[in-house]
Amino acid sequence: MDLLRFITAGSVDDGKSTLIGRLLFDTKNILADQMEAIERASKTRNAGEIDLALLTDGLRSEREQGITIDVAYKYFQTPNRKFISIDAPGHIQYTRNMVTGASNADLAIILVDARHGVVEQTRRHSLIASMLGIPHVIVAVNKMDLVGNSEDAFLEIAKSYQELAQKLAIKDLTIIPVSALNGDNIVDRSTSMNWYTGETLLSVLENVNVLKDQNLEDGRFAVQYVIRPQTDELHDYRGYAGRVQSGSFKKGDLIKVLPSEQESKIAKIEFGGNEIEEASVLESVTILLEDDIDISRGDTIVSLNNAPIVSQDIEALVCWMDDRKPLKAGSKYILQHGTARSRCSIRDIEYQIDINSYEKIDEVDSLKLNDVARIILRTAQPIAYDPYQKNRANGAAILIDETSNVTVGACMIE
Amino acid sequence: MSISVNEASVGAEKKAPDYLDQLEAEAIYIMREVAGQFERPALLFSGGKDSITLVHLAQKAFAPGKIPFPLVHVDTGHNFIEAIEYRDELAKKIGAKLIVRYVEDTIKAKGLKEQTGKNASRNWLQTFTLLDTIEEFEFDACIGGARRDEEKARAKERIFSFRDEFGQWDPKRQRPELWNLFNGRIQKGENVRVFPISNWTELDVWAYLKREGIALPSIYFAHERELILRDGKLLNHTPVIESDPEDQIVTRQVRFRTVGDMTCTAAVESSAATLDEVIAEITVSRISERGETRIDDQQTEAAMEDRKKGGYF
Ligand SMILES: Nc1nc2c(ncn2[C@@H]2O[C@H](COP(=O)(O)OP(=O)(O)OP(=O)(O)O)[C@@H](O)[C@H]2O)c(=O)[nH]1
Ligand SMILES: [Mg+2]
Repeated sequence: MDLLRFITAGSVDDGKSTLIGRLLFDTKNILADQMEAIERASKTRNAGEIDLALLTDGLRSEREQGITIDVAYKYFQTPNRKFISIDAPGHIQYTRNMVTGASNADLAIILVDARHGVVEQTRRHSLIASMLGIPHVIVAVNKMDLVGNSEDAFLEIAKSYQELAQKLAIKDLTIIPVSALNGDNIVDRSTSMNWYTGETLLSVLENVNVLKDQNLEDGRFAVQYVIRPQTDELHDYRGYAGRVQSGSFKKGDLIKVLPSEQESKIAKIEFGGNEIEEASVLESVTILLEDDIDISRGDTIVSLNNAPIVSQDIEALVCWMDDRKPLKAGSKYILQHGTARSRCSIRDIEYQIDINSYEKIDEVDSLKLNDVARIILRTAQPIAYDPYQKNRANGAAILIDETSNVTVGACMIE
Repeated sequence: MSISVNEASVGAEKKAPDYLDQLEAEAIYIMREVAGQFERPALLFSGGKDSITLVHLAQKAFAPGKIPFPLVHVDTGHNFIEAIEYRDELAKKIGAKLIVRYVEDTIKAKGLKEQTGKNASRNWLQTFTLLDTIEEFEFDACIGGARRDEEKARAKERIFSFRDEFGQWDPKRQRPELWNLFNGRIQKGENVRVFPISNWTELDVWAYLKREGIALPSIYFAHERELILRDGKLLNHTPVIESDPEDQIVTRQVRFRTVGDMTCTAAVESSAATLDEVIAEITVSRISERGETRIDDQQTEAAMEDRKKGGYF
């Protein structure tokens, strides 16, 4: 059975947490004691009926305020697939938590309140989803019960969302009218919206093809750790432990180590101490080479005839996530890319992206929390990268503040 | 009508990887990040099925080498003997360094006051011993077997969970955690709790134990035992649990679904004697693991969150 990771996104109170609660409830994935706990908490909060959002809003402050603050992970399963659902907060203040959840998602469900249509936070989350290269987007037009289940209301929102989607690189888009509260078109087809003949939300989640989203072409392997047992029988053993980020490797493959440009051949691939024939994308293995060359954590092993770009000058889209210090040209950070870390300095903010129009804003001096921009930076050591849109695993990087050690920027290298 | 753009239909030339393989690869990746990023990591080992899974994953991650960090156990003195024996045998078998620190010693050294009465437990005091052990060995990272499906506060926690110099978790200011780029940078005195099996469910753990042929302490399987029947829950009949006039002593066929401190871990009635039978029972169980067996979570609505803020795992 395979696994799909999806995130819910959209503006405050559009019903993201309720939708996840509903999905779990209707697929019978809420256990009896969990249900009792939610019922009890619903009563103490005077909510009247059962508030399914309480399933994911697990922190004390979230329950007190009736909002989501940080992402919650919930796990469920249908006969066809396993799911990791990630419930993101809608509040603009907590956008960085949404970015955290979205960075690993295969699919995003963007909720829109049928009464309000597309709003600023819908646009912001859609932009983030497209920058992060989330391959599949479902727009769930929610609270259809509050607009009399009107087809016209749905079509109007669908139209305005499609206009928005055209400006973004959203590859696969499905728009569905739902009511998370009543469970319409979530798992079961709605009886109040007979005009809708498309798929239910769950049916899209079960059928979308995740495998084709992986980069199976470009052999990339970031070295995490060097295994050297130094025992008598394994005296000369040197294994490079890491995860295949993209493509695949097999015994006998010619490779190159970056950034040092040394070449060699794969002598052996091991998993858990046993030899295996081939290692493909996302597998954690150990590679042994024929030549004794100097390799350490932070180096990348790549297929010889298919190398990434090696450079100290990098251009990237960035989501800025620090609420204490703005990003400014000239500031220095640590860039973490794969397993490599390098100091870097921000050369320039090329332009910022307007959240509403997606237009470029030139001549920006600094970025505040949640701003999105394109920046130019220079690293102290060369970085072996691919453009993010071609290779998510080898085009992603984070910026770390050197003094606070906090992760302050999400970079998608262009 | 549904509106679809560019929905390409794709021939299945290559099969999607199985979810257990994916979870395993992710956990191994995380273990190796710990070894690569930290100077003095430790693996917190309790003898329970989740930490047994962690040790197995660590062995796979660093084979044919040894696990490059010690196993650490905070012993409340109220553990199941079967789990302690398993712990010692496993450490010996794999040649790992085992560090055990006792809550009893912390209580004496610090003059701490133990809870008394019916539901007295050392569960909360564990935190003091854990924080002292971290200080004693200057551990900068502690790997633990917590899973996000266990509890609603855990469902919110990062895989690399930053703790300040007092061991505290701040749920409102967690570090962003993007892709699989884990940021383990800290100042001296701070540390990171790392949860490689965050994304595993209880059933995933059981399925994995079965697939890998991993042995478990015998208390995980059905056996006859003398128990205290208290408030509808079955607790081990042992002197470490203070008796109560309402208690009934019974003999039942049970197994344990989680193995923690005896004072706050309840048994479930069961006849499941093999992994397959346990998996079959859990698959149809309508009650969650902690709901059925843990007494510590049920005291208040946000018990786990509060414990974590205080430095607990
Ligand atoms: N009538 C109606 N109400 C809904 C529907 N879905 C959600 N709601 C209500 O909308 C309110 C907000 O729902 P939540 O699920 O907490 O919203 P959210 O998007 O998770 O909010 P944040 O996480 O704080 O951004 C709650 O009172 C829900 O009961 C729906 O389909 N119809
Ligand atoms: Mg919410």
